[in-house]
This record gives sequence, C-alpha cells and structure tokens, in this order.
Amino acid sequence: MKASNRRWKEILDGHLPDQLAAEIDQFETEIELRRQGKIDEKVFAETRLRRGAYGQRYDNGQRHDGTESKTLAFPEVESKGPNTVWDAPGMLRIKIPYGGMTPEQLELMAEIAEEYSDGIAHITTRQDFQLHFIHIDDTPTIMRRLAAVGITTREACGNSVRNVCGCPFAGVCPDEAFDVTPYADAYTQFMLGHPDAQNFGRKFKPSFSGCQQHACGLAAMHDMGMVAELRDVDGKQVRGFRVVVGGGLGAVPRQAKLFDEFMLPEELLPTTQAIAKVFGRHGEKKVRSRARMKFLIDKWGIEKFKEEVLAERQKLKEDPRWTEYLQDIDQYEEKPSRPPSELPPVNGDVRYANWVKTNIRDQRQEGYVTAAVALPLGDLTGDQLRSLADIIREFTNGSIRTTVEQNFVIRWVSKSDVPALHAALDAVGLSEPGASNILDLVACPGTDTCKLGISSSRGLAAELRMRLTAKSYELDEAIQNLHIKISGCFNSCGQHHVADIGFYGVSRTVNGFKVPHFQVVLGGQWEENAGSYGLPVVAIPSKRIPDALERITEFYMRQREAEEPFAKFVKRVGKVKIRAVLDDLTQNLPKPETNPDFYADWADPRQYSLGDIGKGECAGEVVTQYEFQMTSAERMVFNSQVKLEDHDVQAAGDSAYQAMITAAKALVQIQYDDVTGDPDEVVEEFKDRYFDTNVFLDPFAGPKFANYFFAAHQSAGREFSDDSAHVLIEEAQLFIEAVHTCYNKIRTEGIETTGVSK
Amino acid sequence: MELQHVNIKIFVDGDLRVDLQQVVDVFHRWIAEQAMDELLIDVADYRHVPAGPGVVIVGHEADYSLDNAGNRQGLLYNRKMPISGSNADRFNQAFAAAVKACNLLENEFAGKLRFNRQEFELLVNDRCLAPNTVETLEACKPEIEAFLDSLGQTNAVVAHDTNGRRRFSVNVALNSPLDFGVVLSS
Ligand code: SF4
Repeated sequence: MKASNRRWKEILDGHLPDQLAAEIDQFETEIELRRQGKIDEKVFAETRLRRGAYGQRYDNGQRHDGTESKTLAFPEVESKGPNTVWDAPGMLRIKIPYGGMTPEQLELMAEIAEEYSDGIAHITTRQDFQLHFIHIDDTPTIMRRLAAVGITTREACGNSVRNVCGCPFAGVCPDEAFDVTPYADAYTQFMLGHPDAQNFGRKFKPSFSGCQQHACGLAAMHDMGMVAELRDVDGKQVRGFRVVVGGGLGAVPRQAKLFDEFMLPEELLPTTQAIAKVFGRHGEKKVRSRARMKFLIDKWGIEKFKEEVLAERQKLKEDPRWTEYLQDIDQYEEKPSRPPSELPPVNGDVRYANWVKTNIRDQRQEGYVTAAVALPLGDLTGDQLRSLADIIREFTNGSIRTTVEQNFVIRWVSKSDVPALHAALDAVGLSEPGASNILDLVACPGTDTCKLGISSSRGLAAELRMRLTAKSYELDEAIQNLHIKISGCFNSCGQHHVADIGFYGVSRTVNGFKVPHFQVVLGGQWEENAGSYGLPVVAIPSKRIPDALERITEFYMRQREAEEPFAKFVKRVGKVKIRAVLDDLTQNLPKPETNPDFYADWADPRQYSLGDIGKGECAGEVVTQYEFQMTSAERMVFNSQVKLEDHDVQAAGDSAYQAMITAAKALVQIQYDDVTGDPDEVVEEFKDRYFDTNVFLDPFAGPKFANYFFAAHQSAGREFSDDSAHVLIEEAQLFIEAVHTCYNKIRTEGIETTGVSK
Repeated sequence: MELQHVNIKIFVDGDLRVDLQQVVDVFHRWIAEQAMDELLIDVADYRHVPAGPGVVIVGHEADYSLDNAGNRQGLLYNRKMPISGSNADRFNQAFAAAVKACNLLENEFAGKLRFNRQEFELLVNDRCLAPNTVETLEACKPEIEAFLDSLGQTNAVVAHDTNGRRRFSVNVALNSPLDFGVVLSS
C-alpha cells in the first residue's frame, strides 16, 4: 500500500473530470465504509467489481503448495467480498474503449504498472489492460491517475456493460464499410453508468466491426455486435449496422443471432438502451450460470426478444445524446504526421522480411501502413510502454490501438519509415514477427492469477511459443496461418472456441493423482467475426499437448485438399479420424514415481492439485438495484457527517436530503423501474405506492419517518445551520432504517415487486 | 523528504548461468517454506518478456525477483509496505533483505550464480514521494551517504539516472567489495 495515496488525492484535486472525480471519491468512501463494516461484503464486492477491482488467485488466504493447502498469514483478514481477504492482492481491469490509446495514456500505464503492480501491463482478449497484484487500498489513487489522462476503470468488471471492443484498423482498413470509431465511442459514453444498465444479472459485452469478413471485432461472440454496412438508398450511400445479439463463449457458447439487418445510426443508442432495459428486467438473476443475455434469447426466441425490445424502444423518452454525436463524426478522422511514401525494397535481412510480411498491413490510404506490435502473452514492461509512446510520437500522430489478440497496432506509418520503425521497435524488444499467426498465441491468465483456472494456459502458451519459434522458418505457410488460443478453463476467456486449434484446461485423475489436461478444440473460425465455433475432440495431459499439436498439424498437412482451410478440413475429415491420431496420447501415463513432471503443470513445480480454485468473480455478485441504491444512500449520509465535521453545513444538509431521496427511489424502483431521479417524481411515487397504501407505516412510530422525508423535500434548497443539518442527518439515518424495514416487510409478505412500467 | 518503497537491485556478476525454470522452482519452495521475513504469496513468471521483471516472488510487504530490467540481471528487492524510521533505516532494511535473498540464491545455485559485491542500484518506487529530479538527489544524498557509511563505504560513487520519466534511482559503485556475511550479521 502506497504511502503517497493521500498526496496524490491533493495533487489531482481539480484536475479530473468532475464526474470521474466524484465517482472515485464515492468508491473511496465505500472502501472506508466496508472497513467499518457498514457495507455488506457482497455489496462491496459488486461495487469494487464495477470499478474494475477484481479478485485474484489465493485471495481467500489459502495456497496449495503441492502437498497441502496452507494459510497465507495476511495482516488484515477483513473481507473485501465473500471469502476474499482485504490484504490479498487483486487485479485491476482498465477499460480501453475500441483499444484506442494516446502516448500520454501509454506513459501513465507504464507508471502505474511499475509503482503499483509487478512492472508488467497485460493486454486482454477484449482490448482492456489488466494489472495484477494490486492492493485494494491503492485502487482509488490508480483510478485518479488514470482519470487524469481520460481513462476509467468503471464497469470494467461486474454485471455491467463491459469494454466496447472495436476493430483496431477502424478508419484505415481497406475492407471496412466505414470507420466505426465514432459510433463505438458514442456507445461507450452513452452506456457508461447508464441508469438502465445497472440491473443486470450478468455482464454485457458489446463490439463494433468495420466489415463482415475479418475477425477484428468478433461480433458473433458478443452480447451485442455491430457490423458496419453501406447500402444504396435512393442512389445515396447510407451507413448502418448489421446488429446481432446474444452471442457468447463460456461453457455454453452461442453464436449471436440477427437482430436487425440494417440499423441506422440514429437508432443504435436508443435500441441499445431498450435492450439493456429488457435484459435488466427479464434476464435471470438468481442462477448466474444462466444469466447472460444468450439464455434469455434461448428462452424467448429471437422474435419475442425483438418484440419486447422494440416495444420498450417506443416507450423511451427522447434523449438528445442518441444523435448529437452524429454531428461530430468528422472530428474522429485521424491525420498522418508524415507524407505518404513507398515501401523500400526488403533486402537480405530474413527477420525483418518476415516481420514486414506478418506485421505490416496496407492502409486504405495510399502510402501508409499499419504495424502490429506482437506481445508475447500480451505482456509488456513500463520501459516498453514509454518507448512505444516515443515511437508513435515520432512516426505518427500518436495513433495506436490494442487488439483482441493482445497486441498493439500502430497506425498511419508512412511506408518509407517502415525500416526505421522496425529498428526502433527492435531496440526495445518489440519487433516480434508473426502477428496474427501461429506464433501469436493467445492465452487467458489461467492458473497464474485467475481464481477459476484449472490448467496453466500461460505456461502452455509460453512452451508452445518457444517450440514453434524455434522451427518457425520450417513451417509451411498453411501452418503459419493457424490461430492457437488457450483458456485455463471452460469459461473461455482465451477465446479457444474461435481458434483453428483451441485448448481449455480440465483435470483428470490418473493413478490416483490429479493430472492437468487440456481439452483440444478444433475447427473454430476466427474470420468472419468469429463465424463459427470449434468443438472439443479429446482431453490430453498438459505435458503431451506439444506432441498433440505436432500430430494435428502433420495430419493436416498430409490430408488437406489443395488450399483447404483448417476449419473446413476438420469438418470434412471428422472428429473420429482426428481423435484416432491423438488417442494414444491419452493413455499409458508414466507413474508419478517414474515421471513426476507429468503430475505438475507447465512452469509450476508443485504437484498439481485443484486446491487453489476459488469462487470466480467473473460473473460478479448478483446485487439488486435496491441494494446498490441503498449503499449509495448510506454513503451519502456518511458523507454528510464528514461534511458536518468539516463545518460545511450546507453540503452536509444537502447530502442528507439526497440520501433520503436515493433511499426512497430504491424502494420505488422495486415496483416501478422507470422512475427517474427527479425528487418530485420520487416523492410522488413513494407516497402513492408506500405511504398512502400504509405499506411504509412503522408498527411503532407510525408515519413519523415518512414525514421526516416529506418535510425534508418540502424545504429542499433551504439554508442549513449547524443544528438543522445535524437534525436532518439523524432523520435521514432513521428514514434509511425505515426503508430497510419496509423492504424486509415487502419481501416477507410477498408484495408484488417485479419491475412494473407505468 | 520521506522516502518509502525503496528498491535495491544487486546485479549478477558476469552472465547468468542459471536456468530460470530452476529459479521458478526455488521460488515456489521459498513460498512453501515462507523463507523470507515477509509474507510470500505467489510466483509471477515473465521469462517471455524482453528486459522484463524475469521471475518474481510476489509478497505482501515486498516482492523479490531475478530481474532483467535494462538487460541487466540482478536480484531486485521491492518494498511495497511503508515502514517507519529514517530514510537511511529504510535503505538499510531494503539492502539487508536483498543481500539475504542473494545469499540464499547463491547457496541454491552454488558455483553457478554469484552476485556483484561492488555495485547495486537504489530506486524509490514512488514518483510522488521521490520525483526523479536533482532536487530529490540533493535532498536525500546525506541519507544515502549515511547508509553507505553504515556499510563501511565512505568513497562510493553515486550516479543518478537523470531520465525524468523513470523512477528516482542511483547506481552505487563501492570502492571495496562487500562481505555479505557481515551485512547479514549486522
Ligand atoms: S478462462 Fe477460466 S482460467 Fe481463463 S481467465 Fe477465464 S475463468 Fe480464468
């Protein structure tokens, strides 16, 4: 925990966007309230998840050392979530909408990776950054420093709208219909913290793609995927999106279903809002393994889902933000910093030639290329991030994006600069060739840091990468073009379903011992926005996966027809034949005493066990809208006390009043989820639904607490004295308690509480 | 000026001749045995990152790593939790912890691994407490000297890395080799 946390708060005071600053202050207060035991651990867990602060392996305070599970003696064991020790390091996920970053943001990322993490910044398969081994007490400072350069961690985890993915080539790709950047950006801003997106039973992942044929946006595996399309309407080219919904990977993968063949940009945000409302209202809340949107669509069918969404869409109140951004589309156009030029001939340097072949791509704009920076396992250091910032400043206007393959793409490189760019990247270890080919393995964190990891996805990826690199020059082009993706378990964060060759971690018992295995998944389609998913063939012991890979690729080379792509080959040859090639690898494992290495995972000498698997936070805690609102109300009362101590009596009184409105709204919302934050409306609805019906009547105090609320509302905006602020804080606290009592009564007496629209 | 989060990196003498997978194995054993003074939690393996942190034991109060930043291998001690006392006390604490880890690693890899007794790096892992400026150097120089004095080194050469984007750090070249045994017993 950093000694400088308080000082950073003072330094950055007044330098952050107001909204972000207020949210981070709130989170800091929530941390304090949790420490004091004033927020339930389940609610706090979801609160921190929605701020991007995630759990990590061993955070239950236990670690299996190969023979037994031992307690890690953390000094402070108070919990930051169910079964999660306060002092245990966690992960912070940082949203990078459509992967777009500036040099300043790269530099800041370098600083926080060095100062708060272990010196490594990690790019995820959804274009976010992740930092590991972060102390919860440092997170507000990190968030402030990020906010100062325009980055938020808000809703990076938890049951919320996650990072909006987008093509890293948007705006420069020769194959795109149009640049999706402005739309992805507007979508991000609009949905961030949107009140209609706060009541999900699980996460919601959106993505934008500029074309149908490539993989950059992976639309088909998202809850909501937008694929750009141009149509001729009355002789004019009109922009629109093919919109698909309900995609997802995980244990029960689903291809997204067509929602609209051609949605006009004007309809994109209102329809998204309507989808969020329908998902929030009707999506599963109790059984979280069935709570993604794909299950609601399974249950209803796409037609009913569409009907509900379109009906909801009609009811929405017009919001200027739906279309305002369309006036400013041009401002997203990027300009090069250097004139266009020709690519110099590639001479004898094989490594450079190879890099040009795999990492350089022509832009739509004549004379410019993009350069992929392939990162082994998505990791890079602070020094590399700073160098990258310098490089993009030198060669471009600072244009760079993260990719779903855990890489960067530098855009707008004038062709004649390519050799110099390569030299600059090479000097800092960033000139790996093989972007998007077999060497560019993708892996989720797996057992390295993930609580759910079963097998070491990163360990396996590192091993395969080392072996493949050693013989990369001998590999046939057909093999070089394959994609390998690895997940540590069936949850599919490594996106193994959409790889030619995918693996996901499983465990088997052999000779009385647990043995790490990987299920081999073949024939997924990366192109066409993750056009189809592969299927499991057989589970093979981890230490035999390199042999399995060799056999699969050899078999493919022997049996493929002409230029047959791998996915088609798998379909034609069939699982039975492929399995026969691998079957013996599943048998005759050496005894532990003759080869103990088989009973340990990659790069981990401990005897393999499942003892470290914890309860995942991927899904977040299902915390109701009510619980969230009430946590906010309690935080506001706490803040009003702090303000009173600081003699800011006006802020103290105002905050106490806001706490009452928020608590009343929480109660109203369980019957009427369309209620706005307008105090008059909240009071009226509260009166109609709870006061006039006597539901809120306290068995001992009668209407007293409700009357405190009504009186506070009647005198809203008044000036407070020390005394009157003090009294209102006490009344607000009593009113909040009464709301809790009423809520419990509703629950036990079974009063109708499902979302009811007026 | 209060400096916290002191890092010490003691460089490897010559080329590293140890298979880093064996370092991973050793670090896992250290966790099982809780071999250091701090709570050890996990091993992070970054062998695939050029000029990166190498192999790290992540701890609660501090991390230890066989680090390769700047393409120089060395044992890095990274103090994470604040500690009381003077800056010189904190330099001493970090240095003693780093030397202890070096000593243990030399015993683990006898004949294959030796750390340099005459050169190390001192870094403050907090840009707020220690901006990388000449003013910071001037402010903490007396305490660096006091710390070096306590090691019996009065004529050490202290070179400041002036790259303002990096964290505050100095490279210390000692005028005579240190005896790790003496550091550990003091
Ligand atoms: S796929 Fe499994 S192991 Fe990998 S990050 Fe996701 S939950 Fe963790």
